[in-house]
Amino acid sequence: MEPARDLRETAHRVREHIVDMCAGPEGGHLGGSLSLTEILTVLYFQVLRVDPRRPDDPGRDILLLSKGHGAICLYAVLAERGFLPVEELATYARAGSRLMGHPIRAVPGVEMPTGSLGHGLALGNGFALAGRRCFVVLGDGELQEGSVWEAAGVAAGLGLGNLTAVVDRNTLQLTGPTEERVPLEPLAGRWRAFGWEVRECDGHDPAALLAAFTEPSPGRPVAVIAHTVKGRGLPALEGTVRAHYANLGERQHQRALAVLRARHKRGAP
Amino acid sequence: MSVSAREAYRDALAELMAADERVWCLDGDTGLFDADAFGPAKDRYVNLGIAEHNLIGTAAGMAASGLLPYVNTMAAFAATRALEAVKVDVAYNALPVRIAATHGGLAAGHLGPTHHALEDLAVMRALPGCTVVVPADADQAVRAVRQTADHPGPVYLRLGRGPTPPLASAVPEPGPEPFTVGRAQWLRRGPDVAIVACGPYPVLAALEAAEVLANLGATAAVLNLHTLAPLDADAVVEAAHGTAGVVTVEEHWRTGGLGGAVAEVLGERAPARIRRVGMPATFAEVAGGQRDLLERYGITGAAVAAAARELMEGTAWEGET
Repeated sequence: MEPARDLRETAHRVREHIVDMCAGPEGGHLGGSLSLTEILTVLYFQVLRVDPRRPDDPGRDILLLSKGHGAICLYAVLAERGFLPVEELATYARAGSRLMGHPIRAVPGVEMPTGSLGHGLALGNGFALAGRRCFVVLGDGELQEGSVWEAAGVAAGLGLGNLTAVVDRNTLQLTGPTEERVPLEPLAGRWRAFGWEVRECDGHDPAALLAAFTEPSPGRPVAVIAHTVKGRGLPALEGTVRAHYANLGERQHQRALAVLRARHKRGAP
Repeated sequence: MSVSAREAYRDALAELMAADERVWCLDGDTGLFDADAFGPAKDRYVNLGIAEHNLIGTAAGMAASGLLPYVNTMAAFAATRALEAVKVDVAYNALPVRIAATHGGLAAGHLGPTHHALEDLAVMRALPGCTVVVPADADQAVRAVRQTADHPGPVYLRLGRGPTPPLASAVPEPGPEPFTVGRAQWLRRGPDVAIVACGPYPVLAALEAAEVLANLGATAAVLNLHTLAPLDADAVVEAAHGTAGVVTVEEHWRTGGLGGAVAEVLGERAPARIRRVGMPATFAEVAGGQRDLLERYGITGAAVAAAARELMEGTAWEGET
């Protein structure tokens, strides 16, 4: 397990990789990857029992990125964790690369292909029923998919204490605020009504995330609502709709890296 | 004695569960199962309720963990409501999920078009790596379950609802050749016309038509093409060879199912005249039991015999498409 200071270093490198990939030929889902950074970094470096040398270890914990469009964040974290070479990130979205816009199983560490929203939690039910400890990371806009709530109801009914849903609550979907599209609030109350234990935290605070992920299970599934900021780390984009997808030109790319580094140097969260 | 294929499936599954701890039964609240019937394996029976997307996704997660889940729901819900989960979670990952789809075709009868599955074969056989089996009776359902128990990829098993007659009673001596998943079953051989069918009533209609034709002096080949994927293309070509043409019979819309599969094979390998007997492009307009609806929509031995005669007489097809 990494100490908190190192974890902030790792999260910073992950953000740099994300920005680099958004400067590739196709751009990338920038905002929702930056909001996800601490969530996946804490899970892969402090919580999940996984071994990059044995990605198929039959007893490993399972992470499913149900918001598959956060792929570039996942690739960056997997690379930092040693599942794939960091240099491979430069192939993202290039012809012939296994690093697609949504993750596939050919990438070491990716358990299931995702991208069509609303699939992860049902899959998580299956892994949990099979006895695995499983974390399913969902987008908040994704919660508009009805299949999420089918699975949420079933998980509670089965009392799956080894299942945790993590909601990246950045409050924005592609075209605007979730609350102006299909309202989700009261979101914590919704999960509770489905029979889940709910934990809310600052989704960019590693210590708070760690506590939310590791507090002993109450014998039923746990939903961690991680309050995040879309585009976190790039102030000009934070909390904006245009952060959703970016195809950075060379100048924007260099400027974004400079902003990330300056903020990191200042110790800004 | 007529036996229900879905009940035969249930009993075959109970045997598998007793023999192999990896086997689970995930139920979509079908009412077909009593957990206690699984004895010591009853903890591996789970009723996941009325939530079909979740049912398939959960099965995929279990299969990815090394288990062998059997999923029970109606064909209409497996093949359409839960299709994206079947495609993305099961087929894409080539996982060993077995979908036991009851109420195939018109078997739901009076329950109406919401519960009829007349597109499922087209849908399922289009998914890469998905084995699609349509047993012609309860005995074949049991054999299909046993023969695919260790199959590494997904299996779609289309079952009916009520009891249907055993096939052996309808096949002349020496009876049907053995049932093997992936290999078409010859029920009769003949040079004049070929009839290719799948499913209990279509296969019986094919055999009935062959009798009608025999009384008219024509000898028809009858092939039970119970496995639509992977398709036994060689048998289809062999059946068609030298005949006046091929009649396909299925309890499915005429588009994309057995008739479509046979047309694809023959179109590429051995162009032949084809007549497809199946559900016309309509939803059932009235109530009726399965047999009533088959009669109403022309999936009968008489219709098959008429189509075969047209092929043999070389007349133009004037039926609905």
